[in-house]
Amino acid sequence: MARSQNISKTGRRGFLKGAAVGAAALVAKPPLVAQTQQAQRGVVPQPSAVQAARETTPPPHVDVYTTDRPGSDFMADVVKSLGFEYVAANPGSSFRGLHESLINYGGNKDPELLTCLHEESSVAMAHGYAKIEGKPMLIMAHGTVGLQHASMAIYNAYADRVPVYVLLGNIQDETWRRSDVEWAHSVQDAASMVRDYTKWDDAPVSLAHFAESAVRAYKIAMTPPMEPVVIVADAVLQEEPVPEADRGKLRVPKLSLSTPPAGDSAAIAEAARMLVAAENPLILAGRAARTPAGLKSLVELAEMLQAPVQDRRFRMNFPTRHALYGGGNIADADVILALEVPDLWNATNSMTPVNKFGMESRRLTKPGSKLIHIFAGDLYAKSNYQDFGRYAEVDLSIAADAEASLPELIEASKKLITADRKRAFADRGAKLAEAARKVRERDLEQASYGFDASPISTARVSAELWNQLKGEDWSLVSDVTFFSYWPLRLWDFNKYYHYIGGHGAYGIGYQAPASVGAALANRKHGRISVNIQCDGDINYAPGVLWTAAHHKIPLLTVMHNNRAYHQELMYVQDMANRAQRGIDRAKIGTAISDPNIDYATMAKAYGMYSAGPISDPKDLGPAIKAALQVVKRGEPALIDVITQPR
Amino acid sequence: MRIISFLVIAAAFLLASVAFPQAPAPAAGDAAKGKDLFLKDGCYECHGYAGQGSKDGARIGPPVLNAQGLIRYVRRPAGAMPAFTEKVVTDAQLTDIYAYLKSIPAPKAVKDIPLLDQLK
Repeated sequence: MARSQNISKTGRRGFLKGAAVGAAALVAKPPLVAQTQQAQRGVVPQPSAVQAARETTPPPHVDVYTTDRPGSDFMADVVKSLGFEYVAANPGSSFRGLHESLINYGGNKDPELLTCLHEESSVAMAHGYAKIEGKPMLIMAHGTVGLQHASMAIYNAYADRVPVYVLLGNIQDETWRRSDVEWAHSVQDAASMVRDYTKWDDAPVSLAHFAESAVRAYKIAMTPPMEPVVIVADAVLQEEPVPEADRGKLRVPKLSLSTPPAGDSAAIAEAARMLVAAENPLILAGRAARTPAGLKSLVELAEMLQAPVQDRRFRMNFPTRHALYGGGNIADADVILALEVPDLWNATNSMTPVNKFGMESRRLTKPGSKLIHIFAGDLYAKSNYQDFGRYAEVDLSIAADAEASLPELIEASKKLITADRKRAFADRGAKLAEAARKVRERDLEQASYGFDASPISTARVSAELWNQLKGEDWSLVSDVTFFSYWPLRLWDFNKYYHYIGGHGAYGIGYQAPASVGAALANRKHGRISVNIQCDGDINYAPGVLWTAAHHKIPLLTVMHNNRAYHQELMYVQDMANRAQRGIDRAKIGTAISDPNIDYATMAKAYGMYSAGPISDPKDLGPAIKAALQVVKRGEPALIDVITQPR
Repeated sequence: MRIISFLVIAAAFLLASVAFPQAPAPAAGDAAKGKDLFLKDGCYECHGYAGQGSKDGARIGPPVLNAQGLIRYVRRPAGAMPAFTEKVVTDAQLTDIYAYLKSIPAPKAVKDIPLLDQLK
């Protein structure tokens, strides 16, 4: 208390002294002090001339640090209107604005951002996802280096007729590029690099332009033949505030998807007439079933006609245990109905194989046979990349989407079937069923050879997997060509999501990320996704294993670890045989051994459960069982299996 | 990418057994040497380590042909199999390979393999 009294006395004395000094100083004080003191006494001070000028003249420069409405927020509005569930991206500065808007303004939901460690993984994940979900995933990438990484995966999707939606960041206006990095990451025409294998692209110059182009791109991507599309999201448009003048005017246009193009009615009627009259019709299915409806329609058509279906395995077109699956013979068919078969010439002709010199081709179809092709590829094609295949001579060419055309073909055929034709069909069906039964017996007998061998036979791996999947709701999210098709020969494929086909353009590196994308689509349906993973393929961008672990994508990966780029190994062997030398040196440049890669450890490094390497077939069953428990918990798992080459 | 129907390969092999009459067998080869050659010369790539076959090569373990038939087929194969001339693999070496293939035991019947029997 004493201390505070002392301060009080000192304070009073100080005040009085100060008041005296202040009064004296008041006579010649600066205007601001006078104004301040006037304000203290309740008098409104008048501004000085300098103050008035400062407050009314616009300053030469204003430092603005924040905005409540960056342009990328509007872009996020547009993106959300299109219904994307996910956006896959390896982060990049050229789309940092949109990235931030999606995770903050957009709440990181619809779309949710998937962290990818390579842009090829981003696009291939979208490729696999679309084949299960039937709609695109969004991808973001740098317009230069990101797109360069992504390009092979975009080509795969293009060749496979799958919609993927790519947003590229770019700084179009050079005066905004702040560093050499931004110069190196800028480009005049970002989409030009992939224009030969994308369906449509645009580089909008305003937010309103972005909205229209983004919606249009989605519509175009989803119109059969479905293909990848590209939109450039300019970085300045992303990062600068929405102009005041636009704030009340910007809107997102309505998306209206086009109905898929169905075949011309007269042509469909003619096709029906030919099929019903045929003695040995054959259906060749390429990418016939785009959706579960396509699978259902094809079964209905085949059963009605008792026509065998040879599935080219680009999609899940036909149930594999059906009596009409895989039967018939191109050489015996009098009418062949091809549905979205991109390699129709290859399917109906043979060529001199690699083991011989020279080139001759021979038609496989018999003289007088008729070939009908329903093919959306005839509505849209590009010329530089040659995925369109050799020109196939057909008798009736219907430029339309096969799945959309099947209902009318079914109705047109029904009207023509008489009692006589029904009896003929039934006789044919009985023979086909018997033939199918014999093929199945032969397949099972073939599977028994090398069943206990080490390295483990691909038939053994497939049988062990089926043993544990047969009671589950499963989805094989990998191609099986390099597995001698054993899953397709042994398992019971009957649902659309049971199989998604392959790469499209055979660009290796597709498999690992596509399986993760497809598994992500399967996740909400509670399906067990299974990936038979070639070792060569996973090494291109194995970081996708981390993405699966990080995003908790349940997926069982079984390595097809044959320790080589086996296709190329066989080709180099072919060349060595041709030259009659060094046939024991074909492993140089093709083998992946010495040292052997430990994929179980690789998976662990990425945070994933793993087991193996397993080379004794007896160990396979227990390993699969344990891994499936992990997958059923909602996490990915990998088993490294040392396998036979094919 | 080479896709060869297994049925075409098997048919070609059976056809060869008809086209190349079964001549008397040469002196028996050495199965151990034959296995080494089978791996070294890349036969396993298409036919599998146990000769079980694949989409790229016929089943040859155990073989359908006799040794002479196999030699003749390897010199002038049907289908897409590369031709192995005397320059890259001799008759004697092919005889050893044949001995290896003959040593591969026949598989169990499907009915005795539960994993396959359940698939019937």
